[in-house]
Amino acid sequence: MAIKLGDYKTQVHNDWCPGCGDFGIVNAIQMSLTEMEIPRHKAAIFSGIGCSGKTSHFINVYGIHTLHGRVLTFAQGAKIANPEMTIIAAGGDGDGLGIGAGHFVAAGRRNVNMTYIIFDNAVYGLTKGQASPTLKLGEQTKSLPNPNPNYNVNPIALAISSGFTFVARSYSYDVRQLKDLITAAIKHQGLSFIDVLQPCPTYNDLYTRDWFAGIDQVNEETKKPTPRIYNLAETDYDPVVHYSTTDELNEKLSQALVKSLEWGDKIPTGIFYKNELITPYTKRITDKIPNYLENPAAKQKISKNGKPTTDISKLLDSLRV
Amino acid sequence: MAFDYSWLIGGPQGSGVDTAANIFSRVGAKLGYHVFGKREYHSNIKGLHSYFVVRLSDKKIRSNINGANIMVAYDAETLVRHGLDIIKDGAIIYDASIVNTTVDQIPTLEAVHKARLLKFFNSKNMEPNVSSILDLAKENGVKVYPISFRDILSNIANELNSPELSRMVRLFNVLGVSFSLGILKAPIEPLLEAIEDTFSKKPSIVDLNKKAANFSYNYASAKFSDFNSSISKIDKESNTLLVQGHQGSALGKIVCGCRFQSYYPITPASDESEFLETHEILQVKEDRPGSTTIVQTEDEISAIGMAVGASLTGVRSATSTSGPGFSLMAETLGWAGINETPVVITLFQRSGPSTGLPTRQGQDDLLFAINAGHGEFPRIVYASGDVEDSFYDTCKCFNFADIFQVPVIHILDKFIASSVVTCKRFEPDLISIDRGKLLEKIDGDYKRFAHSPDGISPRSKLGLENGVFWNTGDESDEYGHISEDPVNRIQMMDKRQTKVEQMLSLIPKDDQAVAYGKLDICIVSWGSPKGPILDAIEMHRNEGHEIGFIDIKLLHPFPTNYIKSMLKDSSIIIDIEANMTGQLASLIRENLLRDPDYYVLKYTGRPMTCIEIFDSLKKILEKKSEKKQVLTYGD
Repeated sequence: MAIKLGDYKTQVHNDWCPGCGDFGIVNAIQMSLTEMEIPRHKAAIFSGIGCSGKTSHFINVYGIHTLHGRVLTFAQGAKIANPEMTIIAAGGDGDGLGIGAGHFVAAGRRNVNMTYIIFDNAVYGLTKGQASPTLKLGEQTKSLPNPNPNYNVNPIALAISSGFTFVARSYSYDVRQLKDLITAAIKHQGLSFIDVLQPCPTYNDLYTRDWFAGIDQVNEETKKPTPRIYNLAETDYDPVVHYSTTDELNEKLSQALVKSLEWGDKIPTGIFYKNELITPYTKRITDKIPNYLENPAAKQKISKNGKPTTDISKLLDSLRV
Repeated sequence: MAFDYSWLIGGPQGSGVDTAANIFSRVGAKLGYHVFGKREYHSNIKGLHSYFVVRLSDKKIRSNINGANIMVAYDAETLVRHGLDIIKDGAIIYDASIVNTTVDQIPTLEAVHKARLLKFFNSKNMEPNVSSILDLAKENGVKVYPISFRDILSNIANELNSPELSRMVRLFNVLGVSFSLGILKAPIEPLLEAIEDTFSKKPSIVDLNKKAANFSYNYASAKFSDFNSSISKIDKESNTLLVQGHQGSALGKIVCGCRFQSYYPITPASDESEFLETHEILQVKEDRPGSTTIVQTEDEISAIGMAVGASLTGVRSATSTSGPGFSLMAETLGWAGINETPVVITLFQRSGPSTGLPTRQGQDDLLFAINAGHGEFPRIVYASGDVEDSFYDTCKCFNFADIFQVPVIHILDKFIASSVVTCKRFEPDLISIDRGKLLEKIDGDYKRFAHSPDGISPRSKLGLENGVFWNTGDESDEYGHISEDPVNRIQMMDKRQTKVEQMLSLIPKDDQAVAYGKLDICIVSWGSPKGPILDAIEMHRNEGHEIGFIDIKLLHPFPTNYIKSMLKDSSIIIDIEANMTGQLASLIRENLLRDPDYYVLKYTGRPMTCIEIFDSLKKILEKKSEKKQVLTYGD
C-alpha cells in the first residue's frame, strides 16, 4: 500500500502559536517524505531546542529532540553509524547560529550526507522574544527593551564559507517551493542546508507575513503589493558547480556570496549554491575503510552466542615480547 | 636473590627519551623480566624536561620505587633533578659536555626549582653546578660515567665511513640504552631485536641503529668494566605482552564491539583514539572485515553528541576524554540519562582544576563523574586499577551500558595511560557480550519507554522496522513524547531510578570491588593506586605485617552493603587516593557512615610509588602517623 501524507503525522497536539511559520515547514517535510516514499523507519528527524525543536514530535518517523545547539552533533553521529538512514536536522536560528555556531561550521567542513533546516525567525520565541543571531544590528522587535546591539549572522554566507555543498533559502509560506527544496536537499550527495524564513507572529513584528508579502511596497500602476520574496529558479541564476576547476568553484562561490547579501526590497529564495564535486564524508570514509557502506557500524555483527567475533589475535601478537 | 632494577633516562622533550625507554622496556621484557615503566613530561612539544623510569624485576611488579639504579642524563637538567635519587651502587651515565653547567645556565628549570637548588647547595657549601651533584652522587656510592655523546657519534660515523652520521643526534637515544646495557653486561641480542621491533616501519634505519648500538655497547662495557651489577637472561613467562597504558582500553573496545568513537584531542586520552584509528579495519571470525569509525570532532560537546547519536542506531559507541573535556559533556550526559541511551565515556583523569597539571597524574574527578550534569538520573561510574584491568573492564562497561541503558563513565588516568607494562596476554575468550534488551525485530505497537518492573524497556534502534520512537530531553511519556504531567513524571523518574537497584543486584560482587588479604587493617582505594598499594602490602607481608586492601571498582551506584560487610570487622581503615580531599573517603563517610581512620593522599601530579605507600603504612602500623599523610615524592 502506498504511503500517504497522513502516515507521517503523529497524534501529538501541535502547540505552536496560531499563524506560526513553523507549520508550513512541518507540512513541507511531511510532503517531501511522502513524495519520496521514504519508509517511516528509514527516516529520522533530529531537532534542537526551542519552538522548532518540537518538530520531531509532530512527524511520524524517528524523532530525536536533542539539546540546545547540539542537533548537528547527534544527527551526524547517527548518519555516520548508519548511512542508510535519511536524516533531517532541524532547529532555530538561535540554536544553529548562536549556541550551535561552532557545530554549524564544523558540520560544513565534514559534509556528511544529510539535510539541515533552520527555522529562521530572528527571535528566541520560546523564551519570549529576545534577539537571535539573524536579527540585524539596531533592529528592535517588540519585546526588546533596546535595539539589537549585535551584527547579524548571514546564514547563507556562513554555510557557503563553511563547506556546505547545497545551500538554499525558502519561505515558510511557500510550502510548495519548500517541499521541492527539501526533496532536492535530501537527494543531494553531501550536507545540504535550507534557511527557511519564518515569521514569528508573536514576537517578531518586523519580519511579518505582510512585510514579506510587500504590502508596504505597493506598485503604482497595479496598486498591488510587490512581494519581497522571489525565486532564483525563475531567473537565469545557475547555482551548480559544473567543473572541478578553481575558476568555476570561485565563480560559483562568489556569486552565491553576493546573492546572499541581497536583502530588503528583494529577497532571493531557492538554491544559492550546489556542489557535488566536493567529496561527501562517506567517500572520505570509504577511502580508508573500503567496505564502510556495505558494512557500516550499525550493520556489523559483534558477537555470536554472547562471545566476541572480532579477532584481535594479530594485534595481540604484535605486542608479544 | 631477587632482581629488582630501575633505570631512568631523561632529557629535553623531543630528544628521543620515549624511544629509548621503549627500547629498554622491550629489552627488559625479552630478557624475561617483569617491566613497569612510567613517563613524565611537561605540557610542551620540545625542550622542557621529560624522563622515563623503567623498573625490571623477576617478580610481578605494579609500580615504581623511589629513585633508580642507573640513570642516563642527556642534559644538565636531568642530572640536577634526579642525580641524588640514584641509589647506592648505581651509576650515572651522562653527556660529558654538561659537567660544568651551573644551575643558572639551565633555562628550562623553573625559578622555584632553581631557588630550592641554590638553597640546597648553599647549605652544603658547594658550587651550584652539575659537578657538585656528581660529587654528592659519588658520596652516595654511585659510579659516574662521563661519555661524550657527540664524540661517540663521530667515531661511529668514522667507522661506518659516513660523515653525515656525526650530525644524527637522533641516534643518541639508542646510544643511551646501549651504554646502559653495556655496563650491565646484558646479552646484546635482545637489544638488537628490540631495535628491529621498534624501527620495523623504517627498515632503512634499522641497520644503522644496530651498528650504533653495537659500537656504544662495546665502548661502555670495555671502558666502564668496574661496574658491579649485571643483568642476565632469565626464563620468561610465556604469553607475555608489553603494553602501553592506552592500549588496554582500546583493545577492549575493539574486541567487545565498540564500532564508533568520537573524540576531541586532549592529553592523556587522545592516544587511545589514535590507536583505534590506526587499527580501524578489523578482522572478524567467519565474516567480512569490520571497522571502527573514529571521528575527530570540533569539541567535546560534539564528541559526546555524536557518540550518543551513533548509539541510537544500536551501535556500541564511546567517547574518550580527560577532565576539561568531560566538563563540557555534562549536559549531554543528562540527555543520555533521561533517554536511557547507552554510551561509554572513557575518562582519562589528569590533575585539575581547570587546565591544572595537564600532563600529570591526578584522581580528582571522582565526585564530578558521579555528579556531572543537572538533574537526577542513573549512571554508572566504574574505575580500573591498571592496564590489564582496563582491557577486561572496558568490555564490562559496554555490557553495563547496554543492560541498564545508561551512560557509563569508565575512569582511567594519566598514570595508567603513560605507563608501559608487561602483562599476561589478554584473553578475548574471557569476554562476554550482553546487549541487554536491544531488539532486532519488532511487531505491533512499540513504546520506547514502556513501563517494566525492572525499569528497563525493550530498546529499538534507528532503522528497525516498526521500531519508530521518539527521544527528548524533556520528561516524556512511554512513546518518548514530551509530557509535563505530574503523575507521569513520578512514574518515569521512578522507572529510571529502579535501575539503580538492578545495577547493585545484577553486577557481580567481584566486579563491584576486589578484596586482597586479611581486612583487619584495611586500605580502601580506587583506580591506579592499586599497583603501588599491592606492591607496598607485599613488602609489609615480607616483613611479617598483614595489611588488607579493597579496590573499589563500582564507585556509583556505591555498593554500600557489600563494602560495609567487608569492612565490618576492620579495626583500621586507611584511605589512599591521588587527590587533596579524599573523594572516595567522602563516599565512604556518606554511605557507610564511617570515617576512615587514616588518609594517605597525593596531589603533586606525580604517581605514588610503592616505597612511599610502604613508608606511610609503616608509620600507621607504628602508630606514628597523623590522621592525614600527604605524599610528595617525584619530580
